[in-house]
Order: sequence, then C-alpha cells, then structure tokens
Amino acid sequence: MSVDRALGGVGVWFDDRFHGARGVRVLLRKVFPDHWSFLLGEIILYSFIILLLTGTFLTFWFQPSMTDVIYHGSYLPLRGVRMSEAYASTLNISFDVRGGLLIRQIHHWAADLFMAGIFAHMIRIFFTGAYRKPREVNWLIGIILLTLGMLEGLFGYSLPDDLLSGAGLRILEGVIQSIPLVGTYLAFFLFGGPFPGHDIVPRLYILHVLVIPGLILALVSAHLFIMFYQKHTQMPGKGRTNENVVGAPAYPYFAAKTGAFFFFTFAALAIAATFVQINPIWLYGPFNPVAMSAGSQPDFYMGMLEGALRVMPAWQWVVFGHTFAFNVFIPALLPLGAIFTLAAFWPFLEQWITGDRREHHVNDRPRDRPARTAIGIAVITFYGILWAEGANDLIADHLDVSLYVTTWIARVSVFVGPVLAYIITKRICLGLQRKDAHLLEHGVETGIIRQLPGGEFIEETRPVDEEALAVLTSRTEPPPLPALVAAETEVPPPGMRGTLGKVRERLYNVVTESVPIPEQHANGHGNGHGNGHAIEGNGHAVEGGGHDQESLQAGSTEPGSGDHH
Amino acid sequence: MSDTNSPGHPGDGGSGEGSWPEYLTGGQSHGATASGSGAAGPQGRPGRRRVIGTPPPATARTLLAADEGAAGREVARELPAEPENPRKAKTVEKIVASCFIIAALAGFAFLVFYGTIGVGSLNDALHSNLALGGSMGLMFLLLGIGATLWVRHLMPTVEITEQRHPLASTPEARAAFKKTFEEGTEASGFVKRPLIRRSLLIATVPMAVAPLFLLRDLGPLPGTSLDHTVWRKGLRLLVYGTGRPITPAEFNSPGSIISVGPEGYLDDDDAMAKAAVTLIKFRPGELQFTPANHAVPNKVVQNWTVENIVGYSKICTHVGCPAALYEQTTHRILCPCHQSTFDATQGARVIFGPATRALPQLPIGVDSQGYLIALGDFQEPVGPSFWERS
Repeated sequence: MSVDRALGGVGVWFDDRFHGARGVRVLLRKVFPDHWSFLLGEIILYSFIILLLTGTFLTFWFQPSMTDVIYHGSYLPLRGVRMSEAYASTLNISFDVRGGLLIRQIHHWAADLFMAGIFAHMIRIFFTGAYRKPREVNWLIGIILLTLGMLEGLFGYSLPDDLLSGAGLRILEGVIQSIPLVGTYLAFFLFGGPFPGHDIVPRLYILHVLVIPGLILALVSAHLFIMFYQKHTQMPGKGRTNENVVGAPAYPYFAAKTGAFFFFTFAALAIAATFVQINPIWLYGPFNPVAMSAGSQPDFYMGMLEGALRVMPAWQWVVFGHTFAFNVFIPALLPLGAIFTLAAFWPFLEQWITGDRREHHVNDRPRDRPARTAIGIAVITFYGILWAEGANDLIADHLDVSLYVTTWIARVSVFVGPVLAYIITKRICLGLQRKDAHLLEHGVETGIIRQLPGGEFIEETRPVDEEALAVLTSRTEPPPLPALVAAETEVPPPGMRGTLGKVRERLYNVVTESVPIPEQHANGHGNGHGNGHAIEGNGHAVEGGGHDQESLQAGSTEPGSGDHH
Repeated sequence: MSDTNSPGHPGDGGSGEGSWPEYLTGGQSHGATASGSGAAGPQGRPGRRRVIGTPPPATARTLLAADEGAAGREVARELPAEPENPRKAKTVEKIVASCFIIAALAGFAFLVFYGTIGVGSLNDALHSNLALGGSMGLMFLLLGIGATLWVRHLMPTVEITEQRHPLASTPEARAAFKKTFEEGTEASGFVKRPLIRRSLLIATVPMAVAPLFLLRDLGPLPGTSLDHTVWRKGLRLLVYGTGRPITPAEFNSPGSIISVGPEGYLDDDDAMAKAAVTLIKFRPGELQFTPANHAVPNKVVQNWTVENIVGYSKICTHVGCPAALYEQTTHRILCPCHQSTFDATQGARVIFGPATRALPQLPIGVDSQGYLIALGDFQEPVGPSFWERS
C-alpha cells in the first residue's frame, strides 16, 4: 500500500496544495480533556449553529416591514385585522409554510438554550478559575458574547411586532429616553422619530440577521481559536499538571462524542419545539400602543433587567429644567453594568491581589477558593433576586401574596441576600476544606472496628486512593505577599505601600483564607509509601508555584511522566 | 523541511509523487501498523514493514513532538484497535445499527409527512408541527444515542497525554522580534519624521467622526414633539375598538373604564402611542379634589370632568407601557409592565411602584351634540420622563 493510496486521492490532492498532512495529523491527535461541565460550551456552539440554520430558513418568508396590511391568511381569529407586514408574515410562517412553525419554535428555543448555555458556561469558568492566565482574553470575549446574545435575543423576539414584543420595544424606548443629556436623541435616532414609527423593525432586522450574528460569529471563532491554541483546561486528577493535558484524542473519540452531542442538542430543541409552545404570537395579537396584557414577561435572559425596573423606588430629580429619571436609568444600567464590569475586571483584580502571575491550566475546585466562590454566589444571588422580581406578578399570583409585598421583599433582599450568600458560601467552602483535610489526615473510614491490646476500640481507616489524593491536594497556593516575605525590613516593598498597599494586603488575606492541606506524612497510620510519593510530587508543585514557571515545570512533570509513559 | 536528511525516497509503489517529506511517512507507517497488523502477519514482522522505503518513525508515544526523528525503532500503538469486551461489542453493534436504521426511518418519515400533511389552518399547522417535529426529534435523538453507545462501548477507552509548552516566547525570540520591529519602525521613519506622523494622525480624525455624521439622518430631532399630543380643543373622544363617539349618558356604569382616542387618529399608532386615554366613570363623591394633596397639586380640576367621568393618559409615566389594568373596588390603575400604581380618585397620583409622576389628565367636556370632547391637549408631557422635560 502506498502512502498515496492510504491518504486517498482527495487527501493527496489537498496535501499537494495545502501541505496539510502534518498539521491535520496533529489535529487528529489533539487532546480533549473530559468533564461534564466542558459540554456547556458545546451546547452554546451547537445552539448557535442551529440558530444560524433555522434563522436563515425564517428569513426566506419574514417581511421586516411595518407597513399596515389587512390579514387574509389562514389563522381565522385574526382575519380582517389591521397589522404590520412583519406580524402578518410571522403568522404566515407559522400557519402557511410547512415546517414554519416548527423551525420558528426551534429558533426561539435555541435562542433560550444559547443564552442559558452562556450563563452556565460562564458560571463554570468562574468557579473553576478557568479565566486565569493565560485565558483572560477569552473570558472578556465571553462577556462580550453574553452582551451581544442578550441584544440579539431582544431584537429577535421584537421582530414579529406582536403585542408582547411591542411592549418590550416601548420599554426599550422609555429606558433610552431616560438617559441624561442624550437619551431623547438616541431614542429618536433608533426609532426614526417618535415611538413606534415605521423604522424600528427593519433596523432591528438587519442588526439581528447580519450585524450582531456577524460579530458573534467572529468572536466565537476567536474564542474557539484561542481555546484551541492555548489548549483546554483540565480538572485536577492523577497525572494532570500545568504542563500537560490529559484526555481523549480528537479523532475518533472527541469527534464522535461531540457529534453525538450535536445530535442531542438538536434533538432536545426539536422535541421542545414540537411539544412545548413558545412565543405564540397569534395569541398576543398584533402590536397596538393602547393594549397590554397582564403577566407580560420578557425572555428569561432579560428578566433581570425587568426585575430591576420593577424593584426601583420612584426617584427622580428635576434640576434646572432637566429631568434625571433615576427610577429608570439606574435600574436599567447599573445592576447589570456593575456585574459585567466586575466580571471583566475580576481576573486582573485577582492577579493584583494575589500577585499570582503564573499560567494555570488545572482548574480550581470551587471550595479551594472560598472568597472567589462566595463572591460568585453573591453575584448570582443578586442577579437571581432581581430576576425573580421580574416575574413578581406571577409569583404574587401563584403564592397568593400581595404584589407590593413581593416588591418589598425584593427591595430588601437584593441587598441582604448577597451578603448572606457570601458569608454562608465562604463558611461552606472552608467546611469542605476541613473535611478534605480530615480525609487526608485520617484516611477513609472503612467501618472495621479493631480492639487494641490495651482494650481501646478504634476504627480502621485506609489512605485515600491516588486519584482522590491528586484531587484533594490539587490546590495551588498563591505566592506570599512581598510584605510577608520581606517582613524583617521596616520599609514595605513597592506595591505594598500607602493606602493601596493596605487595601491589597487586606484583600489578600480575604482571598487566600483557607484551611491548610495537611502534610503527607500526617497521612500516616504507617502505610502508603507509594501514596506518600504521589503527594510529594504534588506538594512539590504546590511549593514551586511561588517561583515562576521554571520551578513549576520542574515540579510537576514527575507524576505525569510516571503515570503515562 | 527535513527532506534532504531522509534515508530514502525511492518513489516506488507507482505513486510517482517523488519525494515525500518524512512527516508523511511517519504518519503512514503508524497507520499501517494500526490497520494492517493482519496483513503484516505472514511476513512475521508486523509494524516493521517498509511502506515506501522509509523507515518507521522514531516514536509514536510522543508522536506530536518527535515525529521527525526517523531513527527506525519499533512503533507502539497509541490507540487500541479493539474494545475491552468483544462479546459485548457484538451486541452493542446491533443496537447502534438499529438506532441508526430507526433514525433513517424517522428521517424518511419526516419527508413523507412534509409531503402529505398540509398546513393552512390552526389544526393542520398543529398536526404538521407534531409530525415533522416528532420525526425530526426522534431522528436526532436516535443518532445521538447510537453515536454515544458507539463511543462508549465500541471504541476502546484511551487517555493520552500531550505536553503543554509555555506560551511566552523565549527571551531570544522576544529580543529578535524587538529588533525586527524597531528596524522596520526606523526604516519607515515614523518616529524620525514627526511631521508625517502628526499630519497622518490629524487626517484620521475626520475619518473617525464621519460615520457618526452619517448616522445623523437616522431620525428627526425630538424638538418639542414629546411635549404635546394630537389632542386639541373640540376633538371628539372615540371609543377604541368601535371607533364611535360617546355621550356621558351612554357611559353610565360607575366603576367601569374604556379606552378612547382622538377623532381621526385611532388607526395612527404614532399618535395613539401618546394620545391614548382611559375614561373612568365614578360614583358621585368618589373623586377627591383635595388641593391639600401636595403630591399632585392641582392635577384634578373640577371642570375637567363631566358627570364624574375623568380621562387620564393611558401611557404610564414610568417607561410608557399602557397602564391598562383597573381595580374597581380600590380605583387603582395598575401598569402591568412594572406595577406602577395610580389612584384614580386622586388625580392618578402614584401610590406604588417605580413611576414618579401622576398620569396626566385630559381636560374633557361635551360638544353641542352631547358627545364627549377634549377641551385641549394635556397640560404636561405624557409618558416616560426624558431629559428635556422640566
């Protein structure tokens, strides 16, 4: 068999032109670490692909026009009703195009799954510290993608020009109008004049089908390329270090797995679209500025903004003939803006506090970073309370409590909740660390009771196995503060002086608070030399952590090479 | 490449392709050992077979890093060819194939349903949706299940390790880059010739702001258009929906509300987005005109009501949703969007929620034929707050 035949005619043809044999072979053996949470990113990617496919289908029939028409289609209740062409064509897609309703519903479900996937993915990245060096840029791209996804979703469900989405646009207009100084102008430019005008749907359409998807596509490509180039992170485990990546090869394992996962994603969306009705615009009716139904809800990813608008007290200033509508622009811009800003700065803030400028490729266990985990849970609590408040009318209705009571509960808990969440989460993390330390120190309980010669009863324990040991000891401590290193000199080193230095020192103590990992000797009960060895290798990596890449490399190749070659 | 160092490129096997770089032969030889161990058996030296005259590559364990050293050592397989349990594999193979076959059937069913089930009514659309979506979902689901079983049970479990390399370049590489870049900069004269540099920067300024200018015609300037609506003295109040004028006598059920708009504008969404009005009929004595209510000084004026009928703007002063809910017993107007609540008996002042201002009241009266008319426009801007509003 010749090389040419093995490669196949097509392969040779391409290799003659693109020199691909070497590079593609590397791709075939690219290592993909395995963990269920790594599938979250794939959900997003596949939802996006499905969005592109179904969205293209919808554009073949959708008319982005606000021209008034009288409906003559096959949905009887609306025959003869005046409506925009956009709404009429959406009805047409739903009732007169075969598969139209299905594709429309898949599109909407896919948008929701896309956003839900982004939230879950970012939460996973945050809690495992996967945003740390060298992946800060991908974290920032992720935040931009989340923002773009929200806009894309909002614009998308506004296109059919139904009563519900019209209300959403009305709220958008009111929010933009409230922005000091430029708000009125921005609103007039966006809507082409006073609300609703005739321009907003065509404008949102081109943003929704070209501009934003183009940006998302470009950023997703960059995101994937960076991930590919820097290689995936991995969860802690035996033989997994900062210098290697352990997992299944791309071909055939990852390719087959991810292919299966694409099918599952599509199946889930198709089944949801078949059996669970979403956005039944024919029930809402066409937009008119006079009507509004009770219990109106935006898509879930906008619910937090909706809740923020609801929870805000009625504050407003009129100064020198100008209105500061704090009641609108503060809730619309501040809570989400603060979360995104904090998220964007967090990797750099953490680096500054801890002084940890090393590369990290092994993920943290959330419990090993109590302060970070607690901040994450606090932010999620803050977001979650506002999100729930976005449906407070439904909550009040279903739980049979006063609407105003739900708002007051939200007004208080939006401040108290995150603080409580922070304290409780940090306690839980430290408690889990103590449990780990206990396991390392005393081993796993076996349930065997032994009587000592002296008559004392003890329970036998065995040391934790190697895999668990690698996980339990995976924590890498940040380097000590320069102040703590050079404590004998009176003058604090640069970077630790002044108020900023004091702030950093206090934050350092908060961020690094943890239960010490017991020395491996304490693992005792006289057994496990092999075990002790593994810890030593790992412990070495931990210690070496403080002193840059050199020692890092030296420290951690030992266990890896021992296990896999 | 390392072509020149290769031990031999005989070009045999009739390929006629001439010299192949070694990386190809490395990959090939690996593939040969993987797929052709049976074929190599008779020769008694599996994996040692010369494929096109090039010795097998040095190593396959670290094949990504060291595949260019052609030392001619024995190659170990990296991926096993068979799963651990061949007996089970036989069963799984049948299950996987069944999944794929049923998936294919579901896919064909989709095509058949597309051809046979029409749309054109609510029921037909529902049936079509169920048939198409059900078959499509089943197809993808079975493809997913089949592929998953395939990976989990038919492909041998394997874990391989790849080394990472520090992302930072070596100091030498950085120094070389710096030198190259500086040479380029010097050669361009960008630093040396500030005149060029600054004039170029100046030239980019209009380029940067031009797009903003181009966006100017996106919309008209607001001017004072937000301060008033289309209401003017003498315009009749038409009932939204029927389009008919109304007399106070016809609107004679206390506690009820209707939506009205200005004569001639009911179908004009732009006009109605500001001019929509809620008419509320009260029982005698329910309306409170206490000027002591400092929250709404003078908002309710006695002579703006007709026979206990009062008209408020329907556009919420929070962000502009139609404040469409009315609670008869408490006389509260509630906006369903963000739950701003207005007391209709007290000039629609805010009693809860994020709205800061009362709903503006429309001065109403009756014309010579007894129909309700506007006595003029609202006395203040309706709808949400905006910067220019005083």
